[in-house]
Amino acid sequence: MAEKLVCRSLNAWFNHGQTHALKDVNLGVGAKLVTAIIGPSGCGKSTLVRCLNRMHEEVPGTTITGEVLLDNENIYAPGLDPVRVRRRIGMVFQKPTPFPTMSIVENVAAGLRLNSANLSRAERDEVVERSLQQAALWEEVKDRLNAPGISLSGGQQQRLCVARALAVEPEVLLMDEPCSALDPISTARIEELLLELKESYTIVIVTHNMQQAARTSDFTAFMYNGNLVEFGDTKQVFTNPSRPETEDYITGRFG
Amino acid sequence: MIRALFGASDFRRKLKSDIMISLTALATLIALVPLFLVLGYLLTKGVASLNLNFFTQIPKPVGEQGGGMANAIVGTFELVGMACAIGVPVGIGAGLYVAEHPAHATARAIRFAADIMLGVPSIVVGIFAYAIVVRPMHGFSALAGSFALAIIMIPLVTRTTEEMIKLVPGELREAALALGAPRWRTSLSVVMRTAMTGIATGVILAIARIAGETAPLLFTAFGNQYWSTSVTQPIASLTVQVYTFAISPFADWQRQAWAGALVLTCIVLTLEIGVRWVTRGAARVPR
Amino acid sequence: MANFYEAAADKPAAEGRESWRGRFGVQLFGDRLFALITLILGLVILSILFGLTLALVFGSTASIHKFGLGFVVSTDWDPVNDQFGALPFIYGTAISSVIALTIAVPLSLGAALCLSETAPEWLSRRIGFLVELLAAIPSVVYGLWGIFVLGPWLRDHVEPVLGAYLGFLPLFKGPKVSVGMLAAGVLLAIMVLPYIASVCTDVFRAVPRTQREAALALGATRWEMLQMAVLPYGRSGIIGAIILGLGRALGETIAVAMVIGNSSEIAASLFKPSSTLASVIANEFAEATSRLYLSSLMELGLVLLVLGLLLNVAARVLVLGAIRGAAGEGR
Repeated sequence: MAEKLVCRSLNAWFNHGQTHALKDVNLGVGAKLVTAIIGPSGCGKSTLVRCLNRMHEEVPGTTITGEVLLDNENIYAPGLDPVRVRRRIGMVFQKPTPFPTMSIVENVAAGLRLNSANLSRAERDEVVERSLQQAALWEEVKDRLNAPGISLSGGQQQRLCVARALAVEPEVLLMDEPCSALDPISTARIEELLLELKESYTIVIVTHNMQQAARTSDFTAFMYNGNLVEFGDTKQVFTNPSRPETEDYITGRFG
Repeated sequence: MIRALFGASDFRRKLKSDIMISLTALATLIALVPLFLVLGYLLTKGVASLNLNFFTQIPKPVGEQGGGMANAIVGTFELVGMACAIGVPVGIGAGLYVAEHPAHATARAIRFAADIMLGVPSIVVGIFAYAIVVRPMHGFSALAGSFALAIIMIPLVTRTTEEMIKLVPGELREAALALGAPRWRTSLSVVMRTAMTGIATGVILAIARIAGETAPLLFTAFGNQYWSTSVTQPIASLTVQVYTFAISPFADWQRQAWAGALVLTCIVLTLEIGVRWVTRGAARVPR
Repeated sequence: MANFYEAAADKPAAEGRESWRGRFGVQLFGDRLFALITLILGLVILSILFGLTLALVFGSTASIHKFGLGFVVSTDWDPVNDQFGALPFIYGTAISSVIALTIAVPLSLGAALCLSETAPEWLSRRIGFLVELLAAIPSVVYGLWGIFVLGPWLRDHVEPVLGAYLGFLPLFKGPKVSVGMLAAGVLLAIMVLPYIASVCTDVFRAVPRTQREAALALGATRWEMLQMAVLPYGRSGIIGAIILGLGRALGETIAVAMVIGNSSEIAASLFKPSSTLASVIANEFAEATSRLYLSSLMELGLVLLVLGLLLNVAARVLVLGAIRGAAGEGR
């Protein structure tokens, strides 16, 4: 398996070192595959995914040690601007976060505008359409592209955020519980979307829903109490876990 | 296609971001320069003009050196004290009413009225006090000045009282009611007592605010060059005295204006800083 | 608190029906009385606001009768001949407020961004405290400082520069003096800045973190994040803060009266003396001799009251909307 992202002895803290959220995590994320991170609340799965594009450090009082390699390059290398990292590793959050003052087009083009101010209108429209199509939203919004982004339903807003993340052509897409605020139908749409997107992107999805992980991912990481307990092929993790904690969790004995 | 466009602008974007962030720091610095300048001048000019006479004597007539603002200091305390006697009960009572009946239309109207009274220019309050106190009494008086200051104080106290009472946990109130305490006693002895620090902070900040008011006193308390503590007579206040001396052409009066401004600022800032230090910024006076 | 614990304990366990009813009666009476007293105190506020408006309207009737709408467009303010027009003061108020906001808005937005976004927590708390102190200094002290420090400094160092480079504009023509519109505008800027800055800081702090993170995750730099997420999100709150600042500038009296030079002429040059609605009331009210004179001054107060109320209501609606709306969405 070609590894796109590799974590090497990754440690992360909150509250000025008082909360040790990630304990020596080592993990390799395969290119153009979906990797799911599961575990009970507070196990550090969100923290892990936020460390992968340097969002963790945006919360005051946090620290990180260790390495995260993107194509063998350490994203925590001293002097490396996190902005460059985040442009290559996009992220979709738990709650849909469209910018409330922007229209649908402007939302999709928001990241685009930053990096290429001299993009022509035609080029921009092309990227917007392609991104919305990739996010399976185009058909639903093509007649009202200038409507405010927040006029969409929750599920549509989340797909809008996916389109926004895809518009800047990241290599990796991180999704932090993207369906937790959505209804079952919207959730199904996002899951279909994941399967289409892994043709072109490396995807890491955090989820508290084990069925979702089993349905959508190729590899699954189980985290517990800040430790990466088990990591392996999804089928193997769910049918024949090698660690008793994993078995307890997937059979519903805790968490 | 897009990727080709990335990279070249990176450095410029980072630079622009750094410049803009530095500009926000610069703006903050510029914003604070006047504070240090004002305090600096007050200290140098004020301290140089301050002496014992300032606290013990009344102003001397033009041409005579010396004199002080003893009457104005006493006057300010009298005006503020009387304003509190009117403003604090009304303000707290109204705040209690608004907090106890949050959904009631009357309470909403009162809250709205208090809110917009915060935006009434203080000079307009002076005109009001003139119309309903000075004119019927046929003359400027300490009472009229206090009345004007009380009106400025009331909405401040009402809004803080309400905010502070809202912070009292509902369980505490329910616990008291469940013990069989009547609603009014619950309000007074449990809710009010819990919110007391916050309310007191609000009152002190309101005092600091009215102690520094000049405009509403100009044609209510008016000012007085002599000793007077009568509520029906014009009375001197630090602010009006500083104003009168500052715009006078006499160097000795201007000198005393600095001394008066220093004393006034010390009183106001002591109240402000003291209360904030004690409560560690728990309460804020409404704007 | 001890009182009612004791009261509850004192009560015999088994009492007759009568005394129960009696006790309920007392409780209800107490509650009603308490509610009534606080209601009356609350109504005092309503009646003050109502009375204030009425007093100014009644006070202005003579002037309204005599001059009608012409009052607000007439430039003639001549107490000797009992001719009164408010335009010079409306003009002075407008221009001094515009100068104040032109200077204060960018500075306070910058300071608010610094306080809420870029400065570390410990520093931000200390700077926030200093900004609050700036708002706490009494106006008369600013006025005194304006007369003896700011005014002469503007005359010696700022007005010559403006005159030299922008002197072709009528705004910057004429002799340099230490009292006038420019001095009033700059002093007002200093005085309204802390209000605008602290409201904007609250508005920015209310922008949900998810919005900032969404921008950062797209690869925005810090400034781009502020532009993309924070400033647009806080837009109505910022406008509200500016309107609140404008309300302060309009109503500020004594500091302006001390440095604006108190002339009732409209002059194109910002270096020239002028007057505002508030400053002319402060200067002339106590000496107004004729009934019409006093009434005209009261009408100026009425104009000021109406402006102040309108701006304040608008500002509050905008700011509360911005802060509450965000609180509902924040995590």
